[in-house]
Amino acid sequence: MKDFAELFRRLDQTTKTNAKVAALADYFRAASDDDKMWTIALLSHRRPKRTVTTTVLREWAAEAAGIPLWLFEEAYPIVGDLAETIALVLPPKSANSEKTLTDWITVIKGLKDLDDAEKKRLVLDAWSGLDTTERFLFNKLITGGFRIGVSQKLMTRALAQATEIDENALAHRLMGDWTPDNTSFEQLVLSEDPRENLSRPYPFYLAYALEGELDALGAPADWCAEHKWDGIRGQAIVRGGELYVWSRGEELVTERFPELASLTDFLPDGTVIDGEILPWRDGRPLGFQTLQTRIGRKAVSKKLLSDAPVVLKAYDLLERSGDDFREQPFVERRSALENLVANNSAGGVLLLSPLVRFESWDDLARERDTARERGSEGLMLKRKDSPYRSGRRKGDWWKWKVDPFTIDAVMIYAQSGHGRRANLFTDLTFAVWRDDELVPFAKAYSGLTDAEFNELTRWVRRNTVERFGPVRSVKPEHVFEIAFEGIQKSTRHKSGVALRFPRIHRWRRDKTIHDANSLADLKALLPDEERPAD
Amino acid sequence: MSLLEFTDKGIYCPRADVYIDPWRPVARALITHGHADHARPGHGAYLASEAAVPVIRHRLGDIPIEGIPFGETREIGGVVFSFHPAGHIPGSAQIRAEYKGEVWVFTGDYKTEPDGLSEAFELVRCDALITECTFGLPVFKWQAQAEVISEINGWWQQNAEGGLASVIGAYSLGKAQRVLVGIDPGIGPIYTHGAVEDTNEVLRAQGLALPETLRVTPEIKKEAFAGALVVAPPSALGSAWMRRLGPASTGFASGWMALRGVRRRRAADRGFVLSDHVDWTALNETIRSSGAERIYVTHGYTSIFRRWLESEGYDARIAETEYEGELLDDASGDKTGGQAGGEGASA
Repeated sequence: MKDFAELFRRLDQTTKTNAKVAALADYFRAASDDDKMWTIALLSHRRPKRTVTTTVLREWAAEAAGIPLWLFEEAYPIVGDLAETIALVLPPKSANSEKTLTDWITVIKGLKDLDDAEKKRLVLDAWSGLDTTERFLFNKLITGGFRIGVSQKLMTRALAQATEIDENALAHRLMGDWTPDNTSFEQLVLSEDPRENLSRPYPFYLAYALEGELDALGAPADWCAEHKWDGIRGQAIVRGGELYVWSRGEELVTERFPELASLTDFLPDGTVIDGEILPWRDGRPLGFQTLQTRIGRKAVSKKLLSDAPVVLKAYDLLERSGDDFREQPFVERRSALENLVANNSAGGVLLLSPLVRFESWDDLARERDTARERGSEGLMLKRKDSPYRSGRRKGDWWKWKVDPFTIDAVMIYAQSGHGRRANLFTDLTFAVWRDDELVPFAKAYSGLTDAEFNELTRWVRRNTVERFGPVRSVKPEHVFEIAFEGIQKSTRHKSGVALRFPRIHRWRRDKTIHDANSLADLKALLPDEERPAD
Repeated sequence: MSLLEFTDKGIYCPRADVYIDPWRPVARALITHGHADHARPGHGAYLASEAAVPVIRHRLGDIPIEGIPFGETREIGGVVFSFHPAGHIPGSAQIRAEYKGEVWVFTGDYKTEPDGLSEAFELVRCDALITECTFGLPVFKWQAQAEVISEINGWWQQNAEGGLASVIGAYSLGKAQRVLVGIDPGIGPIYTHGAVEDTNEVLRAQGLALPETLRVTPEIKKEAFAGALVVAPPSALGSAWMRRLGPASTGFASGWMALRGVRRRRAADRGFVLSDHVDWTALNETIRSSGAERIYVTHGYTSIFRRWLESEGYDARIAETEYEGELLDDASGDKTGGQAGGEGASA
């Protein structure tokens, strides 16, 4: 654990990407294969299952620290992280453990079948042999949620440096449904045949938002454009007669979308399609609230299937006849995709995301203006000769979303955030006017700079009206412009509307609360068919 | 009539008609130390420890101030006042008030670990104790100063080997000098931001032994800072001022650096857990040893800490004040938060 703790310290002590990659690469060069595998697993969101509840961890920590549980519970939100709170309250270590990362994970996994008394003995024993950083990491392992500011991309880059294997090849090898329990470093990382795992997806190519003007992209003729659908980005893989559907979060979601099962009957073996899983009916997407009903739902009822049926809107073809097709120019891939989809629509569940015709950038701007009507988020621009790259890259693909809706609203509640934002009031609730009453309609967490959140936090401290647990009601004084991507009627919200991706657009210091918008203004933004008749 | 009361102007002694560390202008103020949230401009007359006077003058200008030695008593309206070292920064005091055998102590800001610079904290027994509790949570437990300083030395050494400047953010009065007296001047040259150097001059004139430092001025070439330690107020980290120092690693010394969330938000390369306030352990120890039965807690996690004291059997109350402790909002430990008399005034 000491070398893993040292890695963590090095990662945590720098904000510079190169220094993080160097720290990881050093670690990968020196660590045992088992420790490397667990490190890769942890940094790619593959964690051991939780074997101890956080409730008992809190109790044991308070007891070991000699403080009442309520005091521990008060300190936790201030620290903002349970693993860290425990690590900090415990008395200094009284022994010195030489167990490795893998040893500790084995201990943690072994807790599963033990009774509470035995679990407690082992956990207290662990705490007493570890220093504060090691304890923190041990607690992270035991509680899950292992985020230490290193993306999978950085980890992969470091591993590439340490093993001298091509970064993209590695990224592909590291995807899929593996854990350190069912494979080895040798097999997963060093083995040259990535095809042995039929379910394995390709890394997604993700676009950045367009910066600056369209003109800067050069000639319109070099570009293709299509609508950007607001569903679940996914990859449908047909190999060995089986279908595998992966979400962008690298989750295997095949079972959740039984509609897509028929793809195996229509697509040739060795086909991988990148597309958007989208609730769809009568030639248009259903609203984002419908999508919510399908996200995270593992058991799919008949009713759900008929209320929120999904299709796959195909964007791209990554594998054709078993060959990695990603290096082909976009237009080639696209034309192969069109042939594939034109030949069948898999019973209506496989649809092309149509390309937009345009001669000039002005044409394209006009098309973007129709996005809301069509139920899309805006446009995707793809350079005709671009390969399908890995991860988020600039240059060849850009997303060009419609301008968000905006409304001026009054902040009425504030709550402090977690982790990096513990101690800052970053979870804010906003209201609009209904007559002379302020009706809450949205919560937003992002959009202000750290400096602005600092300033607001000072203000909230001094202007708290009432406290409801962690939530404070504040004097209605500050007006913020709230941006959001969509709006729908909702019976679950007091305001009668639900918003998609609300965030703070800017602090309107120039406005008083009486300049804020009304609920009627907000409802006027509802889609035609949902607008109240008034 | 209570010996000390809490008013909207500050801590007040009605019998003597004086305020302690008032935040609004008053006729007569007793001041614990020179930090801006305790020593404010505009009072009619100031009384402080002799050792605190030069810094208070430096920050507030030509004010009617009188200094008395630590431990010496001064009777005002029948109340006997005295100043006792608080160990927070050079000259910082606790203020003791006694009337007919009843003793109250206001700690001001304090820490009990000797730092090699400030007059060592003196435990003053009392009946009622008004204590800060900036770090009054069981998650705050400081390492020994020597360990933290050795971390700073290690960081500086490593940067020096890589040809980088090491810029450490430390409040210009107190923390900066504490770093200066602790670090190993053998590693390289030591530069200071103007706000720090101005304070250094005041303290040197008072007889405090600080290592040799060089003021950062626009004429100095960037190359000169490679391998050097630069001590600057936290507000200078990441500011345009930093650009003149060339490639640098940044560090930040504050008790808040104990929390990873704050450390990351601050976005300095390194956080060093170094506070001028008592930690959980020392805070509890001080309260226990003071013999006080009634405890007033101020600036910090007052409601939580009060409840804790109550569960420990004390008569504990919250005193609402406008002192800010080691500022959390910008995690700077610096009292620049938009107040006059902060770094801005002395920079």
